[in-house]
Amino acid sequence: MKICVCIKQVPATTEVKFDPATNTLIREGVDSQINPFDLYALEEAVRVKERLQKEGQEATVTVVCMGPPQAEAALREAISLGGDDAILLSDRAFRGADTWATSFALAQALLKLQPEVVFCGMQAIDGDTGQVGPGIATHMDYAQAPYVAEIEGLERRKILVKRLLENGYERCSVRLPVVLTVVKEINEPRTPSLRGKMNAKKAKIPVWTAADLGAPEEKLGLQGSPTQVVKVFSPPHREGGQKWAGDADELSGKLAGLLKELEIV
Amino acid sequence: MSIRIIDENCNGCGLCKRACPQMAIEVENKKAIIDLELCNFCGACAAACRFRAVAIEIEKQAREDLSQYRNVWVFGEQFRGKVAPVVFELIGSGRQLADARGSELAVVVLGSDLEAAANELSEYALDKVYLYEAPELAQYDGERYARILADLCRGMKPEILLAGATTTGRSFMSQVAIKLYTGLTADCTGLAIGEDGLLYQTRPAYGGNIMATILCPYTRPQMATVRHKVFPHPEKRNNAKPPEVVRLNLKPQLHTSRSELIEFIEQVEATVNIVEADIIVSGGRGIQDPSNFALIQDLAQALGGAVGASRAAVDAGWIPYAHQVGQTGKTVCPKLYIACGISGAVQHLAGMSSSKTIIAINKDPEAPIFQVASFGFVGDCLEIVPLLTKKIKAMRGQG
Ligand SMILES: Cc1cc2nc3c(=O)[nH]c(=O)nc-3n(C[C@H](O)[C@H](O)[C@H](O)COP(=O)(O)OP(=O)(O)OC[C@H]3O[C@@H](n4cnc5c(N)ncnc54)[C@H](O)[C@@H]3O)c2cc1C
Ligand SMILES: Nc1ncnc2c1ncn2[C@@H]1O[C@H](COP(=O)(O)O)[C@@H](O)[C@H]1O
Repeated sequence: MKICVCIKQVPATTEVKFDPATNTLIREGVDSQINPFDLYALEEAVRVKERLQKEGQEATVTVVCMGPPQAEAALREAISLGGDDAILLSDRAFRGADTWATSFALAQALLKLQPEVVFCGMQAIDGDTGQVGPGIATHMDYAQAPYVAEIEGLERRKILVKRLLENGYERCSVRLPVVLTVVKEINEPRTPSLRGKMNAKKAKIPVWTAADLGAPEEKLGLQGSPTQVVKVFSPPHREGGQKWAGDADELSGKLAGLLKELEIV
Repeated sequence: MSIRIIDENCNGCGLCKRACPQMAIEVENKKAIIDLELCNFCGACAAACRFRAVAIEIEKQAREDLSQYRNVWVFGEQFRGKVAPVVFELIGSGRQLADARGSELAVVVLGSDLEAAANELSEYALDKVYLYEAPELAQYDGERYARILADLCRGMKPEILLAGATTTGRSFMSQVAIKLYTGLTADCTGLAIGEDGLLYQTRPAYGGNIMATILCPYTRPQMATVRHKVFPHPEKRNNAKPPEVVRLNLKPQLHTSRSELIEFIEQVEATVNIVEADIIVSGGRGIQDPSNFALIQDLAQALGGAVGASRAAVDAGWIPYAHQVGQTGKTVCPKLYIACGISGAVQHLAGMSSSKTIIAINKDPEAPIFQVASFGFVGDCLEIVPLLTKKIKAMRGQG
C-alpha cells in the first residue's frame, strides 16, 4: 500500500510577534519546525505501514512538503521519524499560495504518486485554517475523513475511522483512496531512531517544480489564489487586571461576589 | 505579477524589510531592494510601508461578470434538526452585511425533517430560508453536503457565503470553495463591507499573535467560516415580515458519497462542548491529580458552564483531549474563562486569550496567566474552587 503524508514547515508561531510600534512582523531568530499536527499524521502513517508490513504486505510512506528550499530539513526530520522517502515541492511559481492553490499543487504531486491513503494534520499552526486537507481530497476527487482520532480498521477497499466532533465521535467507513486529517488524540509520536537518523542523512530528496507537476501556472501560487491578504496588524493588547491574595475562604468569597457583579450568578 | 520599489518615495526606513516574512528585502544606500528570487508577492511590505514606495501589480481579473452574484447566505448547520448556535450569530452579522449591500439574507439548511429548524429560523430577521430535504441528508456527510451546496451556489449565485468555523464548517466549506474555485477565509473574527463593496474578512493567525485582513476580489461567492461567540446572538425579528421558506429540488445524483456513517457516539454531558459554552472552567497541572478534576467539574456545573483543560492536564491523562484548550486543542471565546492551576503558556493563551473575561486562580503570583487575566486570585485552587462552588450553590439556592 502506498501511503503519503503532507507536512508543512512552520515557524514556532508563539515566537512570531507583531510590533505595533513599527507595524511589522517580528520573526528574527524564529526557528522552523514541522507543524505539530503533522507529526501525528506522520506517526499514524508509519504505524499503519508497520502494521501492514507485519501482516506481510508491502507498504511505504512518502512524505510531501511544499515550501522553500530550506523546508528540506523538515522532510529529513520526517524520514528520521519513519518516512521512507520524501519529495519537496519548491518553485517560485508556488509562492504566495493560499489554501486553494496550496491544495491544488499538493494534489497534483499526489496524483502522480497515486497513494491509497493520504495523511494530513488537522490544521497548520501558522495559518490555522484546516482547509488544505479537505482541499487536497476535493482536487484529487478522493474520499475524505477529517478530524480522525482513531483508525479502527483498514481493508483493501475501505478504512474505518473514528472522527472527533464538538459533541462526540462519529464512526465512519470510507472508501479508498482517501485523504485523512488527524487530531492530536490519535497517537503519541515517537522520537527518531538511530537508524532513522542515518536514513535521514543519506536520503536523496527530489525537488519537484511546477514543470514537474505539469500544472498550469495560473492555478499555482499567488496567481492561482483567490484570496489576497491586504493588511496585517497587531491584535488588541490585553492587560492583566486586579490581583488578590489571601486565604481560601476570603478569596472564594471575593470571587463569588465578583461573579455576582458580572451577573454570572 | 510584478513588484518594485518606487525609488522617489523610498527613504530607506527599513519597515518593509522587517515586515517581509521571506527576508527578501535589503536596504542599500537608503533604498529598499527586493530579491525577486525570495519574494512571494505576499504584500506584507506594501502594507507596512508608510510612504507608498512599494508597487505590487497582480494581473488578475474576474473570469466572469461578478454583478450576477447577489445576496448573503448563511449555511444553516444543524444536528438532528437542532440549529447550531453559531448559525444565529451569523444571522446577526449576515444581516448587517446584507443591509450594507442592499441585498437579501438567506439561511440554507440541508438535512431531513427540517420543519422545526425552519420554524426556529423563521423567528429571526431573514429574507429567506432555503430548505433542501432528503433522507440521505439526515446525517451530515461532507462529500454529499459539499456537492449539494456547491451546486446551489452555481445556480443561485450568492455573493457571500458564511458558515460557522465548527469541525463541520471548516472541512466542508473548504470542499465547496475548491469546487467553486473561490476563496475561503477560515475562522474569521471580523466581517465588514468596505467602500469598494468587498467583504473584508479579519482573522487571527500565528496562534493569535497577528491579525490579517483578507479579501476575495475576483471570484464569488466570497466565503468565510466564522468563529463561535464572536458575534452576539441577534434579537428576534418581532413584528418584521417573516422569511419566505423555500423548498429546493435537486438531482438525486448529487447525493452520492463514498463514506458511510456507522454510528454517532454522542457525548451528552453539557460540560464537554467547550466551543459553544458561555462559561468555561479550566484546569491545568495545578489540579495535581485526576480525581481533583471533579472539583472543576462541580464548579462548571454550578455555573452552567463547560470544562476545559491545559495540555499538561490532557497529556497526563486526567481528562480527554476534547477538553483541551490552546494551539493544539480548541480555540474558545467564552464570556467567562476561569483558569485554575494553569500557568498561561503561550500555546494555552493562543486558545483562550480572546475570552471576554478571564479569571485566574494560581498559587504562583508570577504566573504568566495573570498578565492576561482580568481578575487574578493568588491562592490554592484546590481549596478555593470547592469553597466557591459551595458559595455559588448557596447563592443559587437563595434564588
Ligand atoms: C507545539 C506545542 C503545542 C502546545 N499546545 C498546547 C495547547 O494546545 N494547550 C495547552 O494548554 N498547552 C499547549 N502546549 C503546552 C504548553 O507549552 C504548556 O506546557 C502547558 O500549557 C502547561 O499547562 P499547565 O499550565 O496546566 O501546567 P504548568 O505550566 O505546569 O502550570 C501549572 C500551574 O499551576 C499552578 N499551581 C500548581 N498547584 C496549584 C494549586 N494547588 N493551586 C493553584 N495553582 C497551582 C502553578 O503555579 C503553575 O502556574 C503546547 C506546547 C507545544 C510545544
Ligand atoms: N505547504 C504545505 N506542504 C505540505 N503539506 C501542507 C502544506 N500546507 C498545509 N499542508 C497540510 O495540510 C494540513 C492543514 O493545513 P492548513 O489548512 O494550512 O491549516 C497540514 O497539517 C498539512 O498536513
